[in-house]
Amino acid sequence: MLNIVVCVKQVPDTEQAIRAKSDGSGIEESGLNWILNYYDEHAVEEALRLKEKHGGTVTVVAVGPQRATEAVRTALAMGADEGVLVTDPAIDGADGIGVARVLAKVIADLPFEVILAGRLATDDNAAVVGAALAELLDLPQATAISKLALDGRVATVDRELEGGSETLEVDLPAVFTVERVINEPRYPTLPGIMKAKRKEIKTHTLESLALDGAVGAAAARSRAVRFEAPPKRQAGQIMTPPTPEEAASAIVAFLQNDAKVI
Amino acid sequence: MGKDVWVLVDHEAGAVRRITLELLGKAREIATALGGRAGAVLIGPSRDDTNTKLAAHGADVVLRAEGDGLGAYTTEAWTAVVSDAFRAHAPAALLVPSTAWGRDCAPRIAARLGAGIVTDVEDLAWETDHLVARRPMYTRKILATVALSGDGPQIAVVLPKVFPLPDAASDRVAEQVALPGRTSDREPRVRVLGRHEIKRERASLSEADIVISGGRGLRAPENFALLDGLAATLNGAVGSSRPPVDSGWVPHEYEIGQTGKTVSPTVYVAVGISGAPQHLAGMSGSKFIIAINKDQNAPIFQVASLGVVGDLFAIVPKLTDEIGKAKAAT
Ligand SMILES: Cc1cc2nc3c(=O)[nH]c(=O)nc-3n(C[C@H](O)[C@H](O)[C@H](O)COP(=O)(O)OP(=O)(O)OC[C@H]3O[C@@H](n4cnc5c(N)ncnc54)[C@H](O)[C@@H]3O)c2cc1C
Repeated sequence: MLNIVVCVKQVPDTEQAIRAKSDGSGIEESGLNWILNYYDEHAVEEALRLKEKHGGTVTVVAVGPQRATEAVRTALAMGADEGVLVTDPAIDGADGIGVARVLAKVIADLPFEVILAGRLATDDNAAVVGAALAELLDLPQATAISKLALDGRVATVDRELEGGSETLEVDLPAVFTVERVINEPRYPTLPGIMKAKRKEIKTHTLESLALDGAVGAAAARSRAVRFEAPPKRQAGQIMTPPTPEEAASAIVAFLQNDAKVI
Repeated sequence: MGKDVWVLVDHEAGAVRRITLELLGKAREIATALGGRAGAVLIGPSRDDTNTKLAAHGADVVLRAEGDGLGAYTTEAWTAVVSDAFRAHAPAALLVPSTAWGRDCAPRIAARLGAGIVTDVEDLAWETDHLVARRPMYTRKILATVALSGDGPQIAVVLPKVFPLPDAASDRVAEQVALPGRTSDREPRVRVLGRHEIKRERASLSEADIVISGGRGLRAPENFALLDGLAATLNGAVGSSRPPVDSGWVPHEYEIGQTGKTVSPTVYVAVGISGAPQHLAGMSGSKFIIAINKDQNAPIFQVASLGVVGDLFAIVPKLTDEIGKAKAAT
């Protein structure tokens, strides 16, 4: 019996336009479509596969505003057993380490052998929480893994490196963050969705976790102070050369005269 | 608070990755302004030229840890060495290369020290008593300014090729400081079973000055040979959009974009790539973008410095020939 915890985050769908507020204090949230973070789908999938193979339970834990229950329900609809949401206005402005503190506090009270998370969340792309969580729980970690196999109390994982990969043996319990190539996430089934709707999601606040003041804007050591649209790239010259020879000459001329690389 | 700025050296048995040297240039700039020194934290076995290379590119001090348990990168060992060194020497900041190892240990070091951390950094400055960084967010639809704070250390994980390689001054010498090696007597909980290389003939994707990237328009895995040929004449590296990875034509290591790598080469050539936002997120920091696409309405043309409408299968072989000729002539 394996106890698996998956950390999930709700993020705006990357397909839509994202605009900064005019005062630069954040992004314009009205009208946005919110989804379960792409990499977290892979983390949930990996948890379900471990459960199918070894038996056990999958508990998903999210930190975020009330709307983040939807991300938890998506994970439940995929097949996770239990959902937990920590929501508290005071968490606004917390940095990645702060979120990891919250997760560590929740997870410390759960049974677990394997903790999974996505390699990063596609909103802020920070890739901080997984490794910070491992540190705060004093657990070994392997980040951005592309393969995971368990044998008793030991995991064997692959992770990508610059121009290669490495294979690691990791003692359980441990924290793993997953790369997208680790699996192909399943779609929630209709019965799964129905079941997820009825499921009670346990909620916590900073107070119920005895984390008042330890997490939030005041405790954060990293703060996004301004959000803006990136400078627009100037579209350059677009041409439709009549022959491939002329296309090639135009590109060579550009490489020589503009980019100056040949 | 300290005045020194450190760089965590990313290296493979002493062969220093280029990004480390790029960060040394920036570290030296900030340290000089603070009246401090640039330090290079070198963990594990090194080569004869490792020290001279770090010194030549800006390190005033090389802080070295070697010995038992430090032969191969592990999160726990590197986290312990860097955190202990931080406590002992209290530098102002640590710059970490955004590589697999750097991204793995930096957040853990930050959590251990209660430090501020910012990742995916594309620009960095010191203001009064803290680092201010710029980083893309939300599929690069937003550029965020992030301020670190606190009197503890501040950590920035920086993307490759956003800072220039500093000029090497081969006569510079760095002071050597020995850091304690592995001090924990706990059995390592993570063991490296093996490392496997993906053979690349030339520069690695994130270090290359020229990147040639192929998309779904390539149609079949064997057609990536066209891009290999082009990359060879330009001494560039080959990358891809996501569909070629999902179809198994190239390994995930090739992927550029939100769910792949972020690259900022001098020239990025997008071949048969439409220019979806998730792809642009990984390459629109490139200095020049050349696009070859048969659809004149492809969004990639909106960001291309030079857009060529046409059939890639006709153009790319001709282009490889022409570049060969142009190079022979110079
Ligand atoms: C959460 C999420 C994350 C994602 N992350 C990434 C990512 O990291 N990287 C990424 O690339 N994508 C990513 N995507 C996918 C992205 O949305 C696009 O689907 C993808 O980038 C399209 O790849 P493409 O341009 O190669 O293919 P297509 O969009 O199919 O474009 C192929 C292009 O080739 C051109 N073409 C075809 N034949 C020829 C020819 N003979 N000569 C010249 N041109 C030709 C066509 O005109 C077309 O423009 C992500 C998507 C999601 C939802």
